[in-house]
Amino acid sequence: MASVNMVKALNLALTELMREDENVTLLGEDIGLDGGVFRVTEGLLEEFGGDRVIDTPVAEAGIIGAAIGMSIYGLRPVCEMQFSGFAYQAFHQIEGHLSRYRARSRGRFSVPMVVRMPYGGGIRAIEHHSESREAIYAHTPGLQVVVPSTPRNARSLLRASMLSPDPVIFYEPKALYRAFREEVPDEPEVHPLGKAQVVREGSDITLIGYGAMVRVLQEAAEDLHDQDGVNAEVIDLISLAPMDTETLVNSVAKSGRAIVVHEGPRRCGIGAEVAARLAESALDHLEAPVRRITGFDVQFPYFARERAYMPNSDRVVHAARELLEY
Amino acid sequence: MPKKTIDIQPNLTHLAILNEHGEVDESLAPKLDGDTLVTMFRHMLATRRLDERMINMQRQGRIGTYGPSRGQEASQVGTAMALRPDDWTAQAFREMGMTLTRGWLMDLTLYFWGGYEEGNAVAEGHNDLPIAVPVASQNLHGVGIAWAMKIKKKDSVCITYVGDGGTSEGDFHEAMNFAGVYELPLIFIVQNNQFAISHPRRKQTKSRTLAQKALAYGFDGVQVDGNDVLAVYSATRDAVEKARKGGGPTLIECVTYRLSMHTTADDPTRYREDEEVKEWEKRDPLIRFAKYLRNKGVLDDASIEGIENDIKEEIAAAITRYENYEGLDPLDSFKYILADLPADLRAQQEEFITALRNEGQMSH
Repeated sequence: MASVNMVKALNLALTELMREDENVTLLGEDIGLDGGVFRVTEGLLEEFGGDRVIDTPVAEAGIIGAAIGMSIYGLRPVCEMQFSGFAYQAFHQIEGHLSRYRARSRGRFSVPMVVRMPYGGGIRAIEHHSESREAIYAHTPGLQVVVPSTPRNARSLLRASMLSPDPVIFYEPKALYRAFREEVPDEPEVHPLGKAQVVREGSDITLIGYGAMVRVLQEAAEDLHDQDGVNAEVIDLISLAPMDTETLVNSVAKSGRAIVVHEGPRRCGIGAEVAARLAESALDHLEAPVRRITGFDVQFPYFARERAYMPNSDRVVHAARELLEY
Repeated sequence: MPKKTIDIQPNLTHLAILNEHGEVDESLAPKLDGDTLVTMFRHMLATRRLDERMINMQRQGRIGTYGPSRGQEASQVGTAMALRPDDWTAQAFREMGMTLTRGWLMDLTLYFWGGYEEGNAVAEGHNDLPIAVPVASQNLHGVGIAWAMKIKKKDSVCITYVGDGGTSEGDFHEAMNFAGVYELPLIFIVQNNQFAISHPRRKQTKSRTLAQKALAYGFDGVQVDGNDVLAVYSATRDAVEKARKGGGPTLIECVTYRLSMHTTADDPTRYREDEEVKEWEKRDPLIRFAKYLRNKGVLDDASIEGIENDIKEEIAAAITRYENYEGLDPLDSFKYILADLPADLRAQQEEFITALRNEGQMSH
């Protein structure tokens, strides 16, 4: 057992699979010599060489488009988008091709590749470095979208993503990169894609989130317990596409109340999808409306205003009290 | 700190071997045996005849919108003839001559333009990517394939196609840049057919040629008469040989002309003069190649008629199969979305089946 932060856990997952499979190839800007701007790929160039850890020109479409061709020829690329805010320059490759090759070619060609991208606020960064736009990818057929929330599940989820026969958008909550350490086992683990996880059991209200918001929910659950004697269940969605409806419905069947939380804008967001699924599949159990505590439908502010903007545990606790009194 | 001239390679080659009268510059002509020349001609003629048939079928409502290849047969067939089966192609959507040369069944052309994904179900053993509709996006897939070839130390190469319009896209430039930096075994074939729907070549770029764009990315560009199949073949073969030996990428600009419409949804009289089209019809790649082969004694009336009949039968058989196809299953959309269908998609599939049953679109 070693105690590692999320950056190290991701590095570990990459290292493990690169040692096992010579086809695993990394592409990205500054991932080799520099080890990545967040150091996720540190030391990999030295161990695996320049044919497997490729520093590319600054061209996001080039990275994704080339990796698609590499996948089809038999490599297993893992691409790093330096920040998710720059991935739109590759979005036409993601939507137009990455998500479509299996269907377009009737299964002749598949694209087993992973696109890693850091997302989210809370690191006092300039514009385009703090947004959360996971819903765009989750809305795109043919893509799997996952978000880790701890070092341990970052490692097991990245391994599962790299082993998947189909493309995965691996959305990394950069606020958590170095936020805390966690024990990880010696042997690699796999977190099955498409599975949510109950990270705190409770029966009074269900708090649903993913990525950096899981810690916000845990904090809110602690407060609700300590201050109100309320037992909240916390669900870490982990997989946004596909989404684990069963785990959500089972929890709400127990609690009758749900709050969904994310950093990204509310309109047509993941919270809307969660609320719709609960309305479709758990209406009989609901004793109050599903609430969304999310980013607002405005631009993510520059960092002087980000603390005010981002969802926090106070907002979750306040909403929970309202729902419990509904 | 002097002000001085930077010596950048200023010259480009323009290659033409077979003129519109069927005359050949023997010193430049590739040494091809009679069978190979006939094969080349057969693919060009098959492309022309299927193309004509596709337009008729579109007018009759038997397929959807279709993007014709008329006039570009030499650029498509001549490039594909220079490849081995273990080489790859990354096409756009106006490369039917290439696909037929690479051994694709005509059925796929019919299925694609007839609205079936089956048209992109490239057969096992054919190292060709399916049709890519967003222009120039496929150039980057060619980069990846060529890159993987290089990493895996193969002596294979990849050809990627693009049009004059596509050279304005960012993906084209990113692909050119990657290919140059990593010295990839990739050949860019620019089919300069003079129009991107209505937008003429001269308004696509201020550059005098499209071939010269390669120079900015640090590799060779060459311009060829794209209606001269011998020049197209010869330039491609040279680029392929260079790439196999680790010499890196080449861009070949095939100067040709789209004799037909962009697609059957388009009326070219809105943006170009008939006189211009008539001028280019005189430079038809098929007419000059047939003249040459007749003069050379490789083809005569009887053998051309034989080829015409073979093609007619091949087209008729493909159309029969297409129009009698019974494989249409709406559930295929779920079959091919992901290798393993997740629970939420399984639920949607059930909903779809129920709807189809209720609508009488599915009996079982």
